[in-house]
Amino acid sequence: MFDAKIPAGPLNSKWEDYKGHCKLVNPANKRNLEVIIIGTGLAGASAAASLGELGYKVKAFCFQDSPRRAHSIAAQGGINAAKNYQNDGDSVFRLFYDTVKGGDYRAREANVHRLAEVSGNIIDQCVAQGVPFAREYGGLLSNRSFGGTQVQRTFYAAGQTGQQLLLGAYSALERQVALGNVTMYNRHEMLDIVKIDGKARGIIARDLITGELERHFGHAVLICSGGYGNVFFLSTNAMGSNVTAAWKATKNGAYFANPCYTQIHPTCIPVSGDHQSKLTLMSESLRNDGRIWVPKKQNDTRKASDIPEEERDYYLERRYPAFGNLVPRDVASRAAKERCDAGYGVGTSKQAVYLDFAAAIERYGKVEVGKRQMGNVSKEEIIKLGKEVVAEKYGNLFDMYAKITGENPYEQPMRIYPAVHYTMGGLWVDYELSTTVPGLYSLGEANFSDHGANRLGASALMQGLADGYFVIPYTVGNYLADEIRTKAIPTDHPAFVEAENRVKETINKLFAAKGTKSVDFFHKKLGKIMWDKCGMARNEKGLLEAIEEIKALRAEFWKDVRVPGEANEFNPELEKAGRVADFLELGELMCMDALNRRESCGGHFREESQTEDGEAQRDDANFSYVAAWEYKGEGKYELHKEPLVFEECKPTQRSYK
Amino acid sequence: MEHYNMNLTLKVWRQKNKNDQGRFETLQAKNISSEMSFLEMFDVVNEELINEGKEPVAFDHDCREGICGMCSMHINGRAHGPWDGTTTCQLHMRAFKDGDTITVEPWRAGAFPVVKDLTVDRSAFDRIIEAGGYISVNTGNAQDANCIPVDKTKADLAFAAAACIGCGACVAACKNSSAMLFVSAKVSQLALLPQGHPEKQSRALNMVAQMDKEGFGSCTNTGACEAECPKEISLTNIARLNREFISAGFSSEK
Repeated sequence: MFDAKIPAGPLNSKWEDYKGHCKLVNPANKRNLEVIIIGTGLAGASAAASLGELGYKVKAFCFQDSPRRAHSIAAQGGINAAKNYQNDGDSVFRLFYDTVKGGDYRAREANVHRLAEVSGNIIDQCVAQGVPFAREYGGLLSNRSFGGTQVQRTFYAAGQTGQQLLLGAYSALERQVALGNVTMYNRHEMLDIVKIDGKARGIIARDLITGELERHFGHAVLICSGGYGNVFFLSTNAMGSNVTAAWKATKNGAYFANPCYTQIHPTCIPVSGDHQSKLTLMSESLRNDGRIWVPKKQNDTRKASDIPEEERDYYLERRYPAFGNLVPRDVASRAAKERCDAGYGVGTSKQAVYLDFAAAIERYGKVEVGKRQMGNVSKEEIIKLGKEVVAEKYGNLFDMYAKITGENPYEQPMRIYPAVHYTMGGLWVDYELSTTVPGLYSLGEANFSDHGANRLGASALMQGLADGYFVIPYTVGNYLADEIRTKAIPTDHPAFVEAENRVKETINKLFAAKGTKSVDFFHKKLGKIMWDKCGMARNEKGLLEAIEEIKALRAEFWKDVRVPGEANEFNPELEKAGRVADFLELGELMCMDALNRRESCGGHFREESQTEDGEAQRDDANFSYVAAWEYKGEGKYELHKEPLVFEECKPTQRSYK
Repeated sequence: MEHYNMNLTLKVWRQKNKNDQGRFETLQAKNISSEMSFLEMFDVVNEELINEGKEPVAFDHDCREGICGMCSMHINGRAHGPWDGTTTCQLHMRAFKDGDTITVEPWRAGAFPVVKDLTVDRSAFDRIIEAGGYISVNTGNAQDANCIPVDKTKADLAFAAAACIGCGACVAACKNSSAMLFVSAKVSQLALLPQGHPEKQSRALNMVAQMDKEGFGSCTNTGACEAECPKEISLTNIARLNREFISAGFSSEK
């Protein structure tokens, strides 16, 4: 059951070979095959649309009031593709190589190469759907740079790229709804998987308006439910983002891979107080033009504008001259933490660094003056023109910053600090995106497959859409071709009854506690444990403590949680309670995984394993594997190792110097 | 920014479900920091209600960064509250001062029935998109993305229209509960791009027909929608929709 099913042959022909030889399902049979899709973000919506177009009977579920609200909508900066429109040396191989290296040699080569191969098709598809990407005056598409690369391959729509891509996929999905190929279940939450004879055959979902539990049959089930960053309570994820669907899959036998790989994004608006409910990202694209610095003097309390140029430490440019402000996220985050921990942080909390646009504003202003042949103009005029250019590129981000902080980022530098943003770990999947349970697939952020131990910017959107538009239509067909003789199984089958009873039992248990503390109380406590001991830096002692603390917190949760209202009504507190219950289990597994991996790689930084100058020190001899955990009852997991083999990208110490 | 704390009186709409008649309830919000977002203020109030053994106020929210379009509160008579170009989740408490009374209602529109308290059902918007808010292109059909250059001005206008987050503030702000700004934003985005041309007539006709079927009112050009839109979608989109609709009516071959 533990075979990655990577096709034989040279890396750059594996996917062509696979497509040429996988089984197909004829159109008449497709109409009788039902596919359930959980989540309608980029992966789920693109899969639902594409499978609907092929003629499968698709049922798609989202907990929000519309599929258009999935959290992919909030992705800001852009989407990578190896188009080489800029003639700057890009290629499929280069994108593949950057991604494997960016992931600190902890991703599977074959999957990443396929991702790079289909990246160009994604841009074509989105443009055809009417996604309004940024364009140059000649009418062709514009590109910008992102971290961890030296080419310009990122396509974007201001700071709202995720929104535009998701609305494209959502439109395609709604078109299939209108055509009757997709049935959409809004405000529904999947609460268990139904397995019959070892195969995934359906789900139990709760109608969030009526509270009714529903049974749905499917020949295959696709988990496209996103990441689990909210285990930290504070993250850039949406309030509703959760691990529940993926966790139910885990409890039904799907392995969970590399749970400790979490991405802490370097540029987020810092925490302002205890009331904070979420953190807001300031796109990595800002690092194209923003320069990151702290004062050279410790505990400097002067205003940013009062600190002269020579007393500023542009520490990323100093430490990493080759990539400068555009080093990958894990590197930039650790560097910010290092400066703040050493006493150079800024702002009232001292847990922040500056992201400064003054130089970019002046530079763009001068370009405009030249372009418009304005001759000698005042500095004020140059700055004014420069601000207009910056506003066109990043206007919505600057506005958002101003609303949240009450400060004007055109006039003074932004204050930023790292925050939990993305989870590279997720359900273990093979080359076909199948979990270890036959018929159960996982796409997008919910799976572990493409980003190794650190994801490069603008690659999440690429992966979500690659999985949904261009991979799953082939791979799920290869499975369903053998299912054409399986008639729809009636939902009074004992397996459905049993799964529904499990769900009912959990809901009853949540109400039965009748305790004294709200769900958020426990969620915040869990988040603090995770951030302090399984966050940006981890060590053995802290992780061992965290595991005990989480166990105790979980016991307290079930004894003392208070869930108001009833099960048979719209009850957001009940929804939260179920999700936090799952986070309380996942958190423990994340710490176990972090404890097991006694090396530093990408976003996983074990203090015991660093180079002399504080960079992450991998241990390829002992840890060049995917850690896939099998659930064996509460708090018990068995570790399976999938060795990673590198044929094209030979692992080296990652250097951005 | 100067930080301060405040005590507030909230008059909040409470309604158990769509069949309940509903009423205002007065709640106290104590010790609210000016740095909180409006929804974080509600988190504090709800935490208090739960601790007192009462039912928290149900409201829709998700991303809390102004882009998912889920939050939807009518605050002191304005959709999304007092700040222009801002969603409820991005409204911050420094917009208020100590001792203020704040009235909070759900979106009011026949086509948006109340689900519970401040939560409404906006599925009518999905059905309008189903009627034609797309370009009919199956996965795999596309040619190279740079094959068709697009005039940058038009591409920028299309993007400005596509920035709509589908929150429904335009409907809530309109005395007629018209959905014209929402519909026109999608029709404009796709009509402005060459990729959207083949279907532009049927799109305008079908989306408007569905809008009427859902029970949204007519547009009388008062402009309240544009004034309250958190993404500042322009009224000129409605003019463009009218042009598309009328010319489609005259020249459609169907």
